Amino acid sequence: MRYSGFNVIKQALTGHKGWKPAWRDPEPQAHYDIIIIGGGGHGLATAHYLAKIYGQRKVAVIEKGWIGGGNVGRNTTIVRSNYLLDGNVPFYEFSLKLWEGLEQDLNYNAMVSQRGIMNLIHTDAQRDAFIRRGNAMMLHGADAELLSEQQIRAEYPFLNFNDARFPIKGGLAQRRGGTVRHDAVAWGYARSADSFGVDIIQNCEVTGFRIENGKCLGVETSKGFIGAGRVGCAVAGNSGRLMSMVGMRLPIESQVLQAFVSEGLKPVLPGVITFGAGHFYVSQSDKGGLVFGGDLDGYNSYAQRGNLPVVEDVCEGGMAVMPMIGRARLLRMWGGIMDMSMDGSPIIDRTPIEGLYFNGGWCYGGFKATPASGYVFAHLLAKDAPHPTATAFRLDRFQKGRMIDEKGVGNQPNLH
Amino acid sequence: MTQINRLGGGQIDRATTLRFSFDGKDYTGHPGDTLASALLANGVRLMGRSFKYHRPRGVLSAGSEEPNALVELRGGARQEPNTRATTIELFNGLFAKSQNRWPSLAFDALAINDRFSNFLTAGFYYKTFMWPAAFWEKLYEPIIRKAAGLGSLSMKQDPDAYDKGFRHCDLLIIGAGPSGLMAALTAGRAGAQVILADEDFAMGGRLLSETAPVDDAPALDWVSAALAELSSLPNVRLMARTTVIGAFDHGIYGAVERISDHMHTPDEGKPRQILWRIYAQKTLLCAGAIERPIAFENNDRPGIMLAGALRSYANRWAATPAQRIAIFTNNDDGHRTAVDLHAKGVKIAAVVDVRPDAPSSYDFEVLKGAQIVNTRGRLGLTFAEVKQADGSTRILECGALGVSGGWNPNVHLTCHQRGRPVWNDDLAAFVPGRDLPPGMAVAGAALGEFSTHGALKSGAAGAKTVLGLKGRLPKLPKACDAPVSQTAFWYVEGCARAWLDQQNDVTVKDVKLSHQEGFRSVEHLKRYTTLGMATDQGKTSNFGGLAIMAELAGKSIPEVGTTIFRPPYTPVAIGAFGGRMRGMEFHPTRLTPSHYWAKERGAVFVEVGNWLRAQWFPLPGETHWRQSVDREVRQTRASVGVCDCTTLGKIDVQGTDAATFLNKVYCNGFAKLAVGKTRYGLMLREDGMAMDDGTAARLAEDHFVVTTTTANAAKVYQHMEFVRQCLFPGLDVQLISTTEAWAQYAVAGPNSRRLLQKVVDPAFDISNEGFPFMACGNITVCGGLRARLFRISFSGELAFEIAVPARYGDALMRRLMAAGEEFDVTPYGTEALGVMRIEKGHAAGNELNGTTTALNLGMGRMVSKAKDSIGSVLSEREGLNEEDALLQVGIKPLNPNDKITAGGHLMAATGPIDAAHDQGYVTSAAFSPTMGSMIGLGFLKRGADRQGEKMRLVSPVTDLTVDVEIVSAHFVDPDGERLRA
Amino acid sequence: MIINHPLLGPRDSAEFIYLGDASLIDRPDPEAENRDQAFYEYAYLRDNPAGEHRELWFHEGGDRSWLVVTRNTVTHEITEVEMARDVARTRGRST
Repeated sequence: MRYSGFNVIKQALTGHKGWKPAWRDPEPQAHYDIIIIGGGGHGLATAHYLAKIYGQRKVAVIEKGWIGGGNVGRNTTIVRSNYLLDGNVPFYEFSLKLWEGLEQDLNYNAMVSQRGIMNLIHTDAQRDAFIRRGNAMMLHGADAELLSEQQIRAEYPFLNFNDARFPIKGGLAQRRGGTVRHDAVAWGYARSADSFGVDIIQNCEVTGFRIENGKCLGVETSKGFIGAGRVGCAVAGNSGRLMSMVGMRLPIESQVLQAFVSEGLKPVLPGVITFGAGHFYVSQSDKGGLVFGGDLDGYNSYAQRGNLPVVEDVCEGGMAVMPMIGRARLLRMWGGIMDMSMDGSPIIDRTPIEGLYFNGGWCYGGFKATPASGYVFAHLLAKDAPHPTATAFRLDRFQKGRMIDEKGVGNQPNLH
Repeated sequence: MTQINRLGGGQIDRATTLRFSFDGKDYTGHPGDTLASALLANGVRLMGRSFKYHRPRGVLSAGSEEPNALVELRGGARQEPNTRATTIELFNGLFAKSQNRWPSLAFDALAINDRFSNFLTAGFYYKTFMWPAAFWEKLYEPIIRKAAGLGSLSMKQDPDAYDKGFRHCDLLIIGAGPSGLMAALTAGRAGAQVILADEDFAMGGRLLSETAPVDDAPALDWVSAALAELSSLPNVRLMARTTVIGAFDHGIYGAVERISDHMHTPDEGKPRQILWRIYAQKTLLCAGAIERPIAFENNDRPGIMLAGALRSYANRWAATPAQRIAIFTNNDDGHRTAVDLHAKGVKIAAVVDVRPDAPSSYDFEVLKGAQIVNTRGRLGLTFAEVKQADGSTRILECGALGVSGGWNPNVHLTCHQRGRPVWNDDLAAFVPGRDLPPGMAVAGAALGEFSTHGALKSGAAGAKTVLGLKGRLPKLPKACDAPVSQTAFWYVEGCARAWLDQQNDVTVKDVKLSHQEGFRSVEHLKRYTTLGMATDQGKTSNFGGLAIMAELAGKSIPEVGTTIFRPPYTPVAIGAFGGRMRGMEFHPTRLTPSHYWAKERGAVFVEVGNWLRAQWFPLPGETHWRQSVDREVRQTRASVGVCDCTTLGKIDVQGTDAATFLNKVYCNGFAKLAVGKTRYGLMLREDGMAMDDGTAARLAEDHFVVTTTTANAAKVYQHMEFVRQCLFPGLDVQLISTTEAWAQYAVAGPNSRRLLQKVVDPAFDISNEGFPFMACGNITVCGGLRARLFRISFSGELAFEIAVPARYGDALMRRLMAAGEEFDVTPYGTEALGVMRIEKGHAAGNELNGTTTALNLGMGRMVSKAKDSIGSVLSEREGLNEEDALLQVGIKPLNPNDKITAGGHLMAATGPIDAAHDQGYVTSAAFSPTMGSMIGLGFLKRGADRQGEKMRLVSPVTDLTVDVEIVSAHFVDPDGERLRA
Repeated sequence: MIINHPLLGPRDSAEFIYLGDASLIDRPDPEAENRDQAFYEYAYLRDNPAGEHRELWFHEGGDRSWLVVTRNTVTHEITEVEMARDVARTRGRST
């Protein structure tokens, strides 16, 4: 049933009997044209675009647990395209444009809220770097706005302008940035993909790949062998684990990133704020919780939980930049596994094995990329050629010396 | 107002009366009260509004699991939203307001949501508000946001201080109820270092609320004796008002001690709270159990509470929500509440027990096999509707209803490292699983030992086992050992708007709809309905929701499983995690030895990493920073200037293999550098990118002094130690960072030698012949003070850097200024330093941005092919050596009045301006007093071949397009004649 | 986390800085025939195991030793801590 205000009212008046499961719960078929491993945001988005844009109907998404249970359900929900480098900006801008039309595309309200994102500037060198970035964004057709200290004071009067160790000297804003209700993204893509006939198979763990003569014929799973013309892996966080099944070593380390939410509060923050001198970024959800995060814990981990030093570090940053939050309470903390790549940018490419495709290395920026990642991965899977906005995300770029290193920190994943 | 619902007895100090106000009304209470107990005693049942439907709500519990009674405590900058009335200790002058209501608690306009609840079911917002797209931010979202949220922040800086500390122990005991106290006695008597922490202000746990005797005396007597003994043991530390919030790796626990929250304002010099990091060899969790409610229609009216909480209020706080109370239970514990209330003189309307074989009582009526099916009362309970065993309906008049569905062991902390609890059929509850955090054991009700005797015994046994103590269990006090049986009874059949999560307004109906729409896993259920996501983390609601989902799915509860409990156990003030690291204390501030001298001179300072550096030195009459900076540059280039460069990283490299070592870390060669000479060095990362640059001065065959940039000092030192220890452990070389040990000053300008000659002791020849360009050496100054002198130049002038032990830095600076008076010496700051290095074309942080190679920097030939060095192999990759690689260039405006902007991009003189035509960017820009215009450095594709080319510098974000010319990056003295003068 | 430093005893991990897989000790031979491939793999490819992981930590807030810590990436349990210098020597790096 189509989701609409009309149907919400109609169902309310008839006891809500008409709502059907948002997606079916099918048993796997013997063979699909395309299998996507990973029922997270990227995998489900890939399925949606494969069906809707590329006309692929014999598609399955295989998920070891429940869909949306990984990083799409555990992140700080920020969307933006304020990148610097040519390999990245067009892709993230494409993603932001897809976000802007997402709800109508999916018939699902994911609460895309373009309330803006603001990166605070504290030094002249930082301003120079942000001007370069803002210019790159605008030259690529994205929006950017450089704000003076006075403008920041007017827009964010609650920031620390009194006794700041690193005074605020301005900011780079992207007004079209914002937040999206993260769970709804997974569910909306799943519901849409399902409506096109995509099989979403939950609680089905991939245990191996069937590869003959250098070609991938399908996957072995906890529900048996499933054949496929092409297989796409979209399991960021666990890329290393999955690809080791075909003997691939990746330019990726899995690390833990913690995120935090406060108790619900009446509206205080207009948009996303990023503190440039500490490790802290924050927004406020529609429910009122301050959603915030900071640095990685900094070590390899698959534990999905972090430790106190980073909790303290993040809250110290928060108290430094907006000391009004001292009496707000941190309600919950959680940790997600990040595919930290060697240059901080993702990989969307063929693998050396025919018929096997890889999407991963999202570091902690995967959520904002979800629509574009799905779109370009669908393109790659359908056409066996990269989408024009994703030509730089190649697996061999490290070997060739064509890294896409926004931060300029090199091959040390925990610094990205 | 009198305390109309105050009972006799209790652990409150009636001799003292405390005044407080709630929603503008004044009330009284006593020390020992919580805000909740005092409000109940004053006849107040309505304390809050729910999140979504704004339903009137009262207090549900008597502890930190409270979902409903949340208030804004205190006012002004100390306003503290969402504070649980059940945990606020009453103090004189306490001021609290209800929240999430408008205009008042009794009349809340948004309660209209409740009328439309049928439209506002779980997840309804995902299905609507989509058209037109632009309306979300403009219309729908602002309305939703305004309605959502709970309490409000003051928007002012938190005025209170927070602190942090470390504690270590053999055994951390979490919870000071019967099991925790008995464990502490057992471990304490054995001599172990024990910390006993409890979130409550009074220790004793459930014993504070019970009338059952211990050792044939009131349980409180035993609690007092136990606490007295523990206090007398030097190895036991009692931490009341301390919540252990999380179990982290390797036995590290986070705990928050509320030092001042029970006072009007913190005492002078005292923090509000302290975050403790407790390093525990072993931990015994004695966190007790949390009572679980039963869901039935309209089970959320003020006055409907957990039965055990009613008992606590009556016994511990001598307060009752009403004088006529009914009980709804499925177990014997509900009857115990009725007995205690009855004994306190409260009228029991009836005990409604779902069990046909429920026990009878002489004191009150027991309706066996009966269930509560509905309730009435707009702002507080007035009647409960009972469906009796025979099917008939009976209306009970009552102002409060105690509900007990049994107890759940409080397993929260056992799950912080992703352990899962396991289902126990006998208790019909989850108990701690096997995969506890390492070092943790569980005792008492948290383990499912619900009788007092069981708790005491398991506390003693737990302490013994976990510490590996030998011998028999200590003698246990005599206590109730009645077996506890529990069965599952989650909700009353046929109910729809029966509340599971009272704060987030999740009903049984919502869970059913969630199931219908396919959101069937616990994680989906939680996220779709928001069950358990409120500020209480679902402590009283999660299991009911799970049980209903299990039933709908035709599965057992353990098959459905639980969501994960995450730290913190209860919400923690963000300020407590921030501690003292805020304001100016956010990061340490590093000052150079001549900082106070610079301050006297009126210097303007700038943050460079954690350092404060003088940015420029304004003179009287200079009103704009450019005036000062331009003057400093002119004076330096004309005569002499002095700049504090102490912040540069300095690393002492010693050993017979020192030169070999430097050959590895720098891409250019150092083996042949003569003693007494200095060389510029470029350091690459292993991936071939430039990491840092600096100089290495050879003071002896086996002794170099290396400088790094200010920003990279720590990183470079770490890298050099990595190369030394991990890659070339066989080399005889030692490193030490000496950044703080030496104060260092650049003395630059044509008169720099003449100035230095007045300071350097005459024994040292610093003439051009005696101390040529790039010379270095140990010298003495000012009559014997040891110093180091380097003839190096960042400004492009004849220049030296002179270093003295840090404690002489201030004196040397003053001496240089005095001696330089005749040369019109000027101190210069980082701005003038920056201008001069741009004029000279020296790369700095803006150019060494981590994405540039030696080739990009115009130093490609420096990468020695004759030797191996870090980064040399990977710097040869094709992507780093393309024909149109970015190369460093100089940029100047065609019109000298035009502006150059760092961060601007370079485009051809004509043609489109867009990313596809981007040819490079400007890294640094400054006004050059020497050139009389702004100049810049930048990177440009094929830059080496393009000198003289006209281009456009575009900076749309600063709204600038300027015609520029590409020139050599060396604006001043390109042949280096001044350096060598 | 707590790292049991071979010389200094148990220290809080906040005193340390993490680098990554201890295979970074095994810098390839820059003279070797396949040096381009070897350096690429050395610098960029990782086993990234879910389980036991040997990794490099630098005691920046202490004695500035590099340590090789054997730690389980699923449970965070640390089973061995060695001086990286000793590990490097046993892998033949002292020549």
